[in-house]
Amino acid sequence: MIPLHYYLILSAVVFAIGVIGVLVRRNLIVVLMSIELMLNAVNLTFIAFSRYLGSAVGQVAVFFVLAVAAAEAVIGLAIIISVFRQRQSLDPQDMQLLKW
Amino acid sequence: MVTNALASTAYDLLRWIPLIPLLAAAFNLFWGRALGRKTAGALACAAVSASFVLAFYVFWQLPADGLFRDLVYTWIDSGSFKVNLSFQVDALSAVMLLIVTGIGFLIHIYSLGYMEHDEGMVRFFIYLNLFIFFMLVLVMGDNLLTLFVGWEGVGLCSYLLIGFWYHDPNNAIAGNKAFIVNRIGDWGFILGLFLLVTELGRQGIWTLDFIELQKHAGMLNPSVIGVITLLLFIGATGKSAQIPLFVWLPDAMAGPTPVSALIHAATMVTAGVYLTARLHFLFVLAPSTLALIAWIGAATAFFAATIALTQNDIKKVLAYSTVSQLGYMFLAVGMGAFGVAIFHVFTHAFFKACLFLGSGSVIHALDGEQDMRRMGGLKAHMPTTYRTYVVATLAIAGAPFTAGFFSKDLILWQAFTHGAMALWAIGVITAGMTAFYMFRQLFMVFHGECRADAHAKAHLHESPAVMTLPLIVLAIGSIFAGWLGAPEYLWGSRWDHWLSAVFGAAEGPHGSVSTEIVVTLLTLGVVAVGIYLAYLKYGRAGSAVEQKDLAGGLLYRLSLNKYYVDEIYDYVFVRPFTACSRFFAEFIDPWVIDGTVNGVAALVRLSSQVWRGVQTGNVQHYAAGLLLGTLALLAYYLGQS
Repeated sequence: MIPLHYYLILSAVVFAIGVIGVLVRRNLIVVLMSIELMLNAVNLTFIAFSRYLGSAVGQVAVFFVLAVAAAEAVIGLAIIISVFRQRQSLDPQDMQLLKW
Repeated sequence: MVTNALASTAYDLLRWIPLIPLLAAAFNLFWGRALGRKTAGALACAAVSASFVLAFYVFWQLPADGLFRDLVYTWIDSGSFKVNLSFQVDALSAVMLLIVTGIGFLIHIYSLGYMEHDEGMVRFFIYLNLFIFFMLVLVMGDNLLTLFVGWEGVGLCSYLLIGFWYHDPNNAIAGNKAFIVNRIGDWGFILGLFLLVTELGRQGIWTLDFIELQKHAGMLNPSVIGVITLLLFIGATGKSAQIPLFVWLPDAMAGPTPVSALIHAATMVTAGVYLTARLHFLFVLAPSTLALIAWIGAATAFFAATIALTQNDIKKVLAYSTVSQLGYMFLAVGMGAFGVAIFHVFTHAFFKACLFLGSGSVIHALDGEQDMRRMGGLKAHMPTTYRTYVVATLAIAGAPFTAGFFSKDLILWQAFTHGAMALWAIGVITAGMTAFYMFRQLFMVFHGECRADAHAKAHLHESPAVMTLPLIVLAIGSIFAGWLGAPEYLWGSRWDHWLSAVFGAAEGPHGSVSTEIVVTLLTLGVVAVGIYLAYLKYGRAGSAVEQKDLAGGLLYRLSLNKYYVDEIYDYVFVRPFTACSRFFAEFIDPWVIDGTVNGVAALVRLSSQVWRGVQTGNVQHYAAGLLLGTLALLAYYLGQS
């Protein structure tokens, strides 16, 4: 039996990787993937607590998260495609019109 | 002074007297060009003549101790303080009305001829009519505020007419000077007005009506009355060109000559005298102010006469003689003889208008020449102008049985009987100088050789009838106008009787008839000496002017340069003032005022430039901010627990 804090540490590490990916990557697709990483890190936490507490509530929440993540991925990719068509670039640094 | 309350009657006709010239001015303003110059001028003349007829009718209807009032509407109604726009005519106003409309009408007629060749003739007549309107408001207003409206209005018209030929910057400057100097006087006027209102208001009387003021004048503290009258007199010195504010009047000669005759001789400059006469009930309560007025009047009369002795410009001589005659009027005011002052206003209007129009006729004939050194011998060419000029010159010099003789003599007699011997002596000497400079002018212009240049000589002609007829009428007036106020030893004065309704019965010590005759003869002797000296120096063949021997000693140069009063004012007032203005314009305004405003703006811009760097537009930066914020909150709450 693997203790709870192993799961929690793993999920925190994955979440941090996701955050850093969102903040620093220069490709929108990778940013989107990093968001998925963060969501899945949270899912992992839910599952771990669900198992630890012997409750199904955490697993129900995970299903919600999965559904939202699927929708988010679809919309995010659609936006990315239309942005790319517009300006032949996926670098978020090129998208700074909304300033000053 | 005891004055019975005048029987007051409502009379709706009055408002039309000033209104008709105003309507004519408005009409000419919009349709004058379409009418053409001649018709527009005729319309203006017709308007003034209509006013004159109305004024005469009102004068005819007016009972000796009566008062007509016409309430047009209530102008200011604030609590117990109420000012009406309303007109009144009593004996004093009636006399002024007749002077303004009568002399004004003659000058309008004259202008038809004088301005015939001028492009701006329509504009000229608009201004003239507007001036008549304001002057009538001034003399007919039944409260100080309405009077003040007219007072400012004539100042405005004076400015417009002096600068009428605005293409020459000098004329515009002369207009400005008149306006600004008058403004200094108006400052005194309005302060006096405020003080009068508040001081009476403190006693519970909120009014500016002359009748009410007269009733309640006694309630005021004598020292306060002294200050009020002094301030009002400052206003009068501005309008009536007395020391120290006389400097604008000689420069006002830049305007067309009919303007000089109308405004700067016959009507507007008498506004100051009228003001003191209108408020005589205040002035008699302030003996120290009256004494000051008498001295200022005498000093102005003397001072201006000495300047007039040496001037070479035909209109400048007349301008200084106007200042001098106004000084006589204030001398009479200072003696408390308001009726006599108004009498001199009346006679002076005739002969001074005649002189100015005569000089205009000469200038017109010589195609704009104003220097008397380049005139002479015009007697043969302009007989009508010459004859009327002689009559008017005799009148102003005070030759027996002319208008000026009676009025000036009355003033001197008043000074004599009031025991003001110094003032009387100044007045007599001034009378002699008046005779000298007027006959000097007469000899230089009309006698001797003709010194005009060839161009002017070729242009030389007698003026048309439209110009000479007013001259003849005025010359007749210059003789007979004075007969209304003859002294007791001749046939007695109708004038005092007429004005006694306003000023109360003539009072003061009366000398014996024999003394009066002796004093008069003495004055006449001085006048005769003045005329003889003028003849010696300028009237004979080979006289000074023909030898071009016009230079002289120190006194001569002082007089010729007007005692450098303009220069002194320039150094003492104008330059420090402009330097002060320049300091404010070039230092305070751009550095302190603009500096503060621009400094605040620059500060805001600087800080915004720093802080706008935060808003990069890059989503990842915002996300980082979000993260940092969240972590900070988290750290804070974790630290708390």
